[in-house]
Amino acid sequence: MTWRRLAGPFALLACCATVAACGTTDDSSSGDKATGGEATPAATEAKKSNTGEQSEFFVQADYDKQLAQRSVTPEGDASKPWTQMIEPEMVSTEKFKSKKSSGWNVCFSNAASDNPWRQNGLITMKAEAENTKEIAKFTVVDAEAKDDKQISDIEAMTSGGKCDIIIIAPNTTATLTPAVEKACESKIPVIVFDRGVTTDCPVTFIHPIGGYAFGADAAEFLKEKVKPEGKILALRILPGVDVLETRWSGAKGIFDEAGLNVVGVEFTDGDPAKTKSIVSDYIQREGSLDGVWMDAGATAVAAIEAFEDAGQDVPPITGEDQNDFLTKWKDEGLTAVAPTYSNFQWRTAVIAAVKVLKGEEVPKEWVLPQPKITEETLDQYVKPNMPPLYYALCGCEDLPGFPEKWGGK
Amino acid sequence: MSTENATTPGFGDETGDRGRRLLSSLMGTGTIFVLLLILWVWITILNPSFAEPGPFLAYLKRSAPLVILAAGAYFVLVSGNFDLSVGSLVTVIVVVAARLIDGDPSNTWPVIVLLLVIGVVVGLVNGFISTVLRVPSFITTLGMLLILNGAVFLWTGGAPRGALADNFRSIGRQGINGIPWIEQLPWSVLLLFAIGAASALLMRSDFGRQLIATGDNERAARLSGVRVNRVRILAFVLSGTLAAVAGILLAGFGGVSAQVGQGLEFDAITACVLGGVVLGGGRGSVVAAMAGALTLEALFTWLNLQGISGALEDTVQGVIIIAAVSFASYRLRGAR
Amino acid sequence: MTVVDPPEQSAGSRASRRSERVAGWRVGILASPAAPVYGALIGIFVIAWIVVTIHGGTFLTVPNVVNMLQRSVALGIVSAGQTVVILLGSLDLSVAQLISLASLLAATTMDGQDANVVPAIAAVLALGVGVGLANGVIITKLRVNAFIATLGTALFISGIIQNRWDGPAGAVPKSFEDLGYTRFGVIPLSFFLLAVIVVVVWFILRNTRFGYRIYAVGGSEDVSKLSGLRTHRTIIAAHVVCSLTAVITGLFLASRLGAGTPTVGTDGGYDLESIAAVVLGGTALAGGRGGVLGTLGGVFILAVLDNTFNQLELNAFLKDVVRGVILIAAIAVYALR
Repeated sequence: MTWRRLAGPFALLACCATVAACGTTDDSSSGDKATGGEATPAATEAKKSNTGEQSEFFVQADYDKQLAQRSVTPEGDASKPWTQMIEPEMVSTEKFKSKKSSGWNVCFSNAASDNPWRQNGLITMKAEAENTKEIAKFTVVDAEAKDDKQISDIEAMTSGGKCDIIIIAPNTTATLTPAVEKACESKIPVIVFDRGVTTDCPVTFIHPIGGYAFGADAAEFLKEKVKPEGKILALRILPGVDVLETRWSGAKGIFDEAGLNVVGVEFTDGDPAKTKSIVSDYIQREGSLDGVWMDAGATAVAAIEAFEDAGQDVPPITGEDQNDFLTKWKDEGLTAVAPTYSNFQWRTAVIAAVKVLKGEEVPKEWVLPQPKITEETLDQYVKPNMPPLYYALCGCEDLPGFPEKWGGK
Repeated sequence: MSTENATTPGFGDETGDRGRRLLSSLMGTGTIFVLLLILWVWITILNPSFAEPGPFLAYLKRSAPLVILAAGAYFVLVSGNFDLSVGSLVTVIVVVAARLIDGDPSNTWPVIVLLLVIGVVVGLVNGFISTVLRVPSFITTLGMLLILNGAVFLWTGGAPRGALADNFRSIGRQGINGIPWIEQLPWSVLLLFAIGAASALLMRSDFGRQLIATGDNERAARLSGVRVNRVRILAFVLSGTLAAVAGILLAGFGGVSAQVGQGLEFDAITACVLGGVVLGGGRGSVVAAMAGALTLEALFTWLNLQGISGALEDTVQGVIIIAAVSFASYRLRGAR
Repeated sequence: MTVVDPPEQSAGSRASRRSERVAGWRVGILASPAAPVYGALIGIFVIAWIVVTIHGGTFLTVPNVVNMLQRSVALGIVSAGQTVVILLGSLDLSVAQLISLASLLAATTMDGQDANVVPAIAAVLALGVGVGLANGVIITKLRVNAFIATLGTALFISGIIQNRWDGPAGAVPKSFEDLGYTRFGVIPLSFFLLAVIVVVVWFILRNTRFGYRIYAVGGSEDVSKLSGLRTHRTIIAAHVVCSLTAVITGLFLASRLGAGTPTVGTDGGYDLESIAAVVLGGTALAGGRGGVLGTLGGVFILAVLDNTFNQLELNAFLKDVVRGVILIAAIAVYALR
C-alpha cells in the first residue's frame, strides 16, 4: 500500500533529480566521444576553438596527401572527368577476365537510396549500364541503410552463383568490412566505391579525392571570409561514416589553426527540418552567426532559410553541388562555396566493372577529381532546367535519356 | 459539461456547484497547465527574449504541428484506440505535396484539397479496419504505417522529388503582416487556436460525450444507444485530417524531407499522456492534450537553452513521460 | 489456451494435472494458434517459389534457404522474448534500443580480445536483467501502462547511446565473429542459437508453473489476482525474459557486424517488427492466447518475403506495403475465428 502512495511523488522527484543532474553533468563534461564535442552552453565563456577531439579516423598522412592531390592534374580526358584518374597505380585484372565477351550479369549492393545524392547517382549508374552493350543484366539490391541487411545481401550475391562481378557501396565502414572480405574470398571480383572499408582486398576502390579535401575546401573558404573570433556553426550529417568523418577532420584542422570560434558541432541526419531547427536554435542561443560549415549540401537551403526566417542576413556558408543550393546562391547573391563529392563516381563504378571483366588494367585505388564550385565557376554548374535535387557533377549529360530520366525538362 | 479526470474524494459530483467543478477539473488536468507555466517562466529567466512577442510566436509556430497532431491523437486515444500511422501520414503529405506541386504555385490549392482528402481516406480506412474488421487498432495503424511509408517512397523512387511552391510554404512559414506590436501573426498559430477552439467545442457536443463514453465502457455505451463503430471511425478521420494539416505546416516550415514524420506518432501520444489522457480511453480533455504538446515543445526549448541539445534530450523525455503517467495513475488509483 | 483452475500445490494433483495436460496437448496442437501460421507459411513459400522461378531466380536451393534462415535469426530471438510479454497482455517497445546498447556494450568490453568474451557476455546479460527489471517494476509498482513504460525506457536508453557513442564502437574478436558467419555443413551456427532459445522459451511457457501463470495473467489479470497468483512477480519476470532475449540478439548482431553500433536495433525495426511477428504468429495482442512456435512461423514468413523481394528485385518499399497489408489481413482473419 505504501508503495502506491509514495510512487507518484517519488517519480516526480526522480524526474526532477535526473533533469537537474543532466543540466550539471552536461555543463562540465566534454564527453569522451572521439569526434567533435557537444556545444558549450551559453553560460560558460566562449572557448577559442572547442571542436573537441580529433576523429579516430584521422590519418595525418592521408590528410596531407589529399590536400596536395587537389592541385595534381588528373590523367585522362578532362571533358570526361568520370574516366580521369589521379596518380593511379595500375593493377592487372587478367585473372578476372570473363570467359564470355558479353552477356555479363553485374550485381550491385547499394547501401541505400535514401538521399537525393544517392538517388541521382543510381539513375546515372543504371543509365550507364543500359548503355553498355556487354552488360546483359544489372541487378541492384538496396540495403535500406541497414548494416545487417547489407551483409545478408552480399552473402546472397556471393553464394547465388549468378553474379559475374559484384559492386558494393558499403553502408558503414567498420561493420561491412568482414562481409566484403568474405566476398573477396569467393573468387568473384569485387569493386567498392563511395564509402570505403578497412580492407584492400577488392580489385579497385573508386572514390573522389576525399573528405579531407572537401572539408578543407569549405573551411579555407570560411577562414578567408569570416573575421577572427567569428562564430561558426558546423553541421554534420551523421557520425561513423569515413567519408564524412574525414570531411570534419579536414575542416577541424583549419578551424583550430585559424582561431575561429566554432560554437557548435551538430548532427542533422541529413534532414532539412531538423537542420532548420538546429540553426534556429543556435541563432536564438548565440544571437547571430558569422559562418556556417556543412559537410554536405542537401540541407544547405534549410540552413539558409533559418536565417531568412529569423530576419537575419545569410553569413558565408558552404554547401555542395545540389541544384537548389546553387540556384539560391546565384539568385540571392550569397557568399558561398560548393565543394563536391563527384556524383559521377557512380558512373565510374560501372566503367571499372567493364574494364575488369575485359581483363584491362585498373588503378588499385581509382581517385577521381573533385572540383569545387566557386563564385567564378558557378554559372557553368547552375542548371535552371533541372530539378532542385539534381547534382551538377552528375556526369550524365551525354547519356541517353538526359534530362528526362534525371527529372529535368 | 466536459469530463475530466476521475473526481477526487471530497469534491462535488455532477450536481455540485460550478466553482467546485471548476476546481475539480483544474486539479485533474490543471497539473499540465501549471507545469507549462513553470516551464515558460523558467525559459524566460534563461533567455529573457522568450517573453517578447517575436520569439514567443516563433515558439508557437514551431509547436503548432505537434499541438494539432496531439488534438488528433486525443480523439483516437480517448475512444480507446491507438493511431500509430500519423507520423508516416505526415511524411506522405510532405512528399506528395512536393511531387505534385513541383514548384508551380498554381497547383497549390488543388493539391492542398487533395492532401486533406488523403488524410480523411486514411482515417476512414484505419477506422473501418479497426471497427468492422475487428483488428486491434495497434495492429491496424502499425500496418498502415508500413503501407504508407512503403507506398510513398515507391512512388518517388526512394527519396522525395519535386519541390514546394512558395505560396504553399507560406502557410507554414509566414503569416498576416502589419499587425501592431507583434508584426506578424503566423498562419500556423492562427490554425492552432482555431483547431483548439473547434476541438474543445466538439468535445462539448453530443459527439464528444459519445466519444468519451465509448472509451470509458464500450458495452455500456453501445447499450445506451451510442453508434460505437461510427464514433470510432470519425475519431480516426479526425486524426487523419489533423495529421494532414500538421503535414502541410511542417512541409511549409522545414521544406521537403523524408524523415519529417518519423516518430511523430509517439510524440503525439506522449503529449496527450502528459496532458492527462489515459491510454485505454475514457479520460482526459483535448485542451489539456494540446497543452501537453506545448509543454513538450517548451521542454525541448528549455533543454536546448541548458545546452543539452540532441543526445540526453531523449533520456530526459523518457524519464518525464514515465513520471507523468505514474503521477496521473497514482492520482487515479489514490482516489479509490 | 484459457486457464480455469487456480493452481493447487499437492503432488498428486500436480501429477494428474500433468498427464491431463499432456493428453490435452495432442488434440491441442492441431487446434493451437500456431497451426494456421505454418499453413500460411507453407502457402507463401510455395507461391514465392513459383514466382521466383518464373522470374528466373533460384528459390529452393540450399544457399537461398540458408540465407533465409540467417535472416530469421536476429528477429527470431527477440520475438521469442516479445511473445512472452505479449502473452501477458503487456508489450515491450524498448527492445530495439536495448539491442543497440547491448551490441555496443559487448563490442567495447570485448575490445578485440578473446579473453574478454566471457566477461562481455556476462555484462550484457546483466544489462538485460537490469532493463527487464526496470520495465517490470515501472509497470507494476509505478502503475505505468506498458506502452508508455517501455517507450520511456526506450527513450532513456536512446539518450544514453547518443550521448556516449557517435558511431560504431568496440571490436569483436575473430572467434566471436564466427558466431555470425560459421556454418555446420550448411546450417548457420546462429540458427542453432535461435533454435535453442525458441525451445527454451517454449519449454518455459508450456512446462513450468511460471508459464502457466503467464497465460493466466494474460487471460485475466484480475481473476488471476483473485485466485492468489503473484501477478507482479510474473510480470516482472516476463519482462526480464524479454530483455534477456533482446540483449542476446544484440550479442549476435555484434558478431555479424564485427562491432557494436548505435543504430543496429532501430535499423532492423526490432521493436515493431517483433510485435508484428508475434501477432502474425497467432498470439493475441490482448494476451492469454498463442505461443512461441507461432511466432517463429511469423518470423519465417517475414524472412521469406524479404528474400523473395530481393530475388524479384522488387522495390524495398513495395515490400513494406505488402508487409503492412499481410499484417492487417492476417489479424483480420484471426479476428474472424
